[in-house]
Amino acid sequence: MGLISAYRLRLRRQRLLWRAFRRRRELSSVTNRMASWPAQPILLFSTLRNERIRLPYFLEYYRKLGIDHFVLVDNGSDDGSREYLAAEPDVSLWSTGASYKRSRFGMDWLMHLLRRHGREKWCLTVDVDEFLVFPFCETRPLRALTDWLDSSGTRTFSAMLLDMYPKGAMHEQPYREGQNPFEIAQYFDSGNYSIRRNPGLRNLWIQGGPRARLYFTEDPKEAPAMNKIPLVKWDPSYAYVSSTHMMLPRGLNLVYEEAGGEKPSGCLLHAKFLDTFAAKAEEELRRGQHYAESQEYRAYREGITRERDLWCNWSEKYINWRQLETLGLMSKGNWA
Amino acid sequence: MLCHTALNRAAAVARHWAAAGCPVVIHLDSRVPEAERAGLAAALADLSDVRFSRRVACEWGTFSLVEATILATTQILQEFPAVDRVYLTSGSCLPLRPIAELQAYLAAYPDTDFIESVTTADVGWTVGGLNKERFTLRFPFSWRRHRRLFDGYVVLQRRLGIQRRIPEGLVPHLGSQWWCLTRKTLEAILNHPERRRHDRYFRRVWIPDESYFQSLARKVGAKVESRSLTLSKFDFQGRPHVFYDDHLHLLRRTEAFVARKIWPEAKLLYDTYLDPTTASANRPEPSPGKIDRLFAKAVERRVKGRPGLYMQSRFPTRTRGGNRSAAPYGVFSGFADLFVDFHGWLAKATEARVHGHLFAPDRAHFAASEAIFKGGLSDSANLRDYNPRSFLTNLIWNSRGERQCFQFGPNDAQDIAQFLAGDPNANILIVSGAFSIPLWRSGRPFAEIRAEAARLQKVEAEFIALLQEPETKARVRVWNLADFVEDPVEPLRQIVDELNPRAEQRQEALPQMVDLSGFAQFIQNLRNQGMQPVLMGDFPTELDMAAINTALSRPREAR
Repeated sequence: MGLISAYRLRLRRQRLLWRAFRRRRELSSVTNRMASWPAQPILLFSTLRNERIRLPYFLEYYRKLGIDHFVLVDNGSDDGSREYLAAEPDVSLWSTGASYKRSRFGMDWLMHLLRRHGREKWCLTVDVDEFLVFPFCETRPLRALTDWLDSSGTRTFSAMLLDMYPKGAMHEQPYREGQNPFEIAQYFDSGNYSIRRNPGLRNLWIQGGPRARLYFTEDPKEAPAMNKIPLVKWDPSYAYVSSTHMMLPRGLNLVYEEAGGEKPSGCLLHAKFLDTFAAKAEEELRRGQHYAESQEYRAYREGITRERDLWCNWSEKYINWRQLETLGLMSKGNWA
Repeated sequence: MLCHTALNRAAAVARHWAAAGCPVVIHLDSRVPEAERAGLAAALADLSDVRFSRRVACEWGTFSLVEATILATTQILQEFPAVDRVYLTSGSCLPLRPIAELQAYLAAYPDTDFIESVTTADVGWTVGGLNKERFTLRFPFSWRRHRRLFDGYVVLQRRLGIQRRIPEGLVPHLGSQWWCLTRKTLEAILNHPERRRHDRYFRRVWIPDESYFQSLARKVGAKVESRSLTLSKFDFQGRPHVFYDDHLHLLRRTEAFVARKIWPEAKLLYDTYLDPTTASANRPEPSPGKIDRLFAKAVERRVKGRPGLYMQSRFPTRTRGGNRSAAPYGVFSGFADLFVDFHGWLAKATEARVHGHLFAPDRAHFAASEAIFKGGLSDSANLRDYNPRSFLTNLIWNSRGERQCFQFGPNDAQDIAQFLAGDPNANILIVSGAFSIPLWRSGRPFAEIRAEAARLQKVEAEFIALLQEPETKARVRVWNLADFVEDPVEPLRQIVDELNPRAEQRQEALPQMVDLSGFAQFIQNLRNQGMQPVLMGDFPTELDMAAINTALSRPREAR
C-alpha cells in the first residue's frame, strides 16, 4: 500500500470520526442504565424510527442470544417506540429529531455512542429487522463466540444479510406484536449472490437475493449490498464507512480467507418483507431519507403495487444455522 | 494446578480433586489481582489439603510456566509425603471420569510416567514451524508483545548460522504440557546434580513447558508411557480447542480422564462432571481419537475450505491452479447446431442436467427453460453479466451432486471465457465452425450472413486461442467441422464415456445430424465473397447424409 493512499484512508477515517463527534449534540439522553452493566458486557447498538410492533420480539431475541445491554437511538418515533423502550430495564436510550439522512443514515449517532461506550467491548450493530445467526447459536451463547474470537485475536465477525420473505403477498399474513417474524417470512434465496472484492477498502461486495432477482434486473449495480460486519470489538479509532458494510482501518474488513480456507461467519436474517413493509416503504419514500434518493424503495413500491411474490420454486425454507452453513452462506471456520 | 482466569471454576475443580483424597497445590499467576486471589483463597479455605504455591508471573512460551510448575511440584512433594503421583493440570482442565477411576488406572501401571515425549525429529504436531530450533536458537524477545523482533531474531540467527549447544546427555523431547509423573521421577529431576545447568539452558528454549519435563524424564531414565492422560487438542494456529456444553456426548465417548480446555461458562459440563454422585465403573481405555475427527475437520475447513464455494468468509483469490468451481462440468460448443435435439440426447446419455446457452445475449437458457434455477439464480442477462463468475460458480455450487452441462458459442457473452480456461473442472468440447450451420439455414440475406459469419469466426478463434495457451487448466477437445462430420460416431461415444462412465454398457443410439447437403456450396459462397472460413476445415463437397445417420443410429456393439 502506498503511503499516499494510506494517508488518504486515514484522513477519511478521521473525517468520519469528526462527523460523528459533531453530531453528538443532536442526541439527547432519555434513559441511561449503563450503571447496571456487568463486567464485560456485550452491547447492541441500533437506530430506529416507528418500530413499536417489532420491538418486543427484537429485544427478546437478542436477550436470549446473550446481549447484556441495548444502546438505542430513537429517531423521532411517534408510535410509542420511545416510551416502550424507556421502560425496559436493559436499554439505554437516546433520542433525536434530526435528519436521518444527514447523519449518514444514523451511523454518525451510533458511531459516537460506540466510541463513547463501546471501547474494548464486543458491540453488535444491527437494525431492528436484522436477527443474528452464528455457528452453534442454538447451543452456545454469543459470549462463547466473542471469547473464542478474543482468544484468536480477531476483532471483527461478518454476518451477511439474508433477505427473508413469505410465500404469497406480504399483506396476506399480518405480523402480530411479539411474533417471530420468521414464522411468516420463512424463505430465502440460497445461491444467487454476486461477490467481488473492493480493492480500495478490501471488503467483499456482496449483492443478490430476492431484491436483486426481482427489482434490480435492469440495473444490478444498484442492488443493495448484503455484506455486513456487525460484530466488532470496538476501539475508539474505528469507523463504519457505509452502514455496517465496511470499516476503517481497512484491515478490519478482512473477514474472509483468500488462500482457500473458511473463516467463521454468520448471517443476519432480514425480516424486512412483512406486511409492515408496504407502509414503511410509503413513509420512507415520502421522507426521502434513504439511500440513493430512495431508489431502492421506489423499486420496491413498483414491485409491491404489482403484488409481486418474492417466493419462487427454488426458494429455500429456513430451518436453522446448520442449513445455512451447508448451503455455504455462513461457516463454522475452525470453531468446533 | 496452574491457574490464571475463571477462578470460580478452578476452585470447584480443586474441591473435586480434594474430595477424592488428592492434595492440590495451586499456582496462581502473580498478575491476577489481589481481590481475585483473596476470593479464590476464601472459597477453598475450608480444605486443608488445598494449598497455594509461591507465585510468579506467567507468560506463554517462556520459562515462567516451568518455574511455576517446579514451585508447585516441589511444594506438593514436600508437604504431602504420601503423594506418590503428581498430575499437572490447569484451571481450565476438567476431570471427565471419577477420580477413583484414575487412581485405579494409575495403580495398574506402577512406576509408570505418563508423559508425551517425542524426539524433535519425529514430532509432527508442533504448529508454527519451530521444532528442533526451539532448542538451538535463543529467544530473548516476547512472542506476544514483540512479534517482529521475535521473528526477526529467529531469521537472523538462521542466516548467521548461530546455534546453541544442547547440554551433553540431554536429548530434546517434545510433548503435551500436561503430564502425570511419579514421585521418583520428579525427585530425580528436581534434585538432579545438574539442575542449575538444565534450568539455565531451558530458560532460553522456546515453549519450555512442552520440553523441560519431557526431555528430563528421558534423561533420568523414567519408565515413560508416551501419552498424556489429558485430552487436549490444538487448532492450526497452536491454540487449544475449547469444549462447550454441546460437546458433552463427544467427551463421554473419549473416555479420557481429564480434558482441557473447558469454556468457563459451560455449565452443563461442569455440573455433569463435577457431580460427586457419579459412580466409578470399570470403563475402557481412553480413546481420544474419537474427538480428533471433529477437530481435524475444523482445521481442514479453516485451511482448505469447501472447493468451489465463494462466500462472505471464503473468497479464494490466491489459489494457484486449483479448482475454481465445486464440481466438473461440460461445456459444449457447436454440437447443438450440428445435431437434432442434442440437448435431449445428451441429458439421456449422460444423466446430466443439460442447459442451453447459459451465456446467451437475451437471457440464461436454463434446462427446461426455467426462468429461475436452483438457489434462486435468475435468467436475467443483466444480472448474469454483472458478475459472470459468480453466476457460474453459484450454478455449479447450487447443483452439487448433479453434473451440469451447457452450450457455449461465439454468439454468447464471452466474459466468462477466461474463467473457463483456468478451471480444471471445465470439460470444454468444441466443434469449430459449427456456428455457420444455423446461419446457413437462417435464410437471411447473404450479405448479413457473411458479416455475421466473419464476426462469429473471429470470436470463436479467439476463444480457441485462449484455450490453447499454456496456462489453460481446463480439459479441451477441438474438432473442426469437416473432420467431425466425417466421423462423428467415435467422438460422441468418447464424450458419453467421459461424462458418464457408468453408462458404458448401454447401447444408446446417437443423435441425428442435421441435413448438410449443400453446406459445402455455402462455404464456397463465403469464400467467393472474400471471407476466409478457416474454423470449418476442408468441408467435403460430396456428403452422404444417409450413411452418416445410419452410422449414428447403429447401436454400439457390446464390448
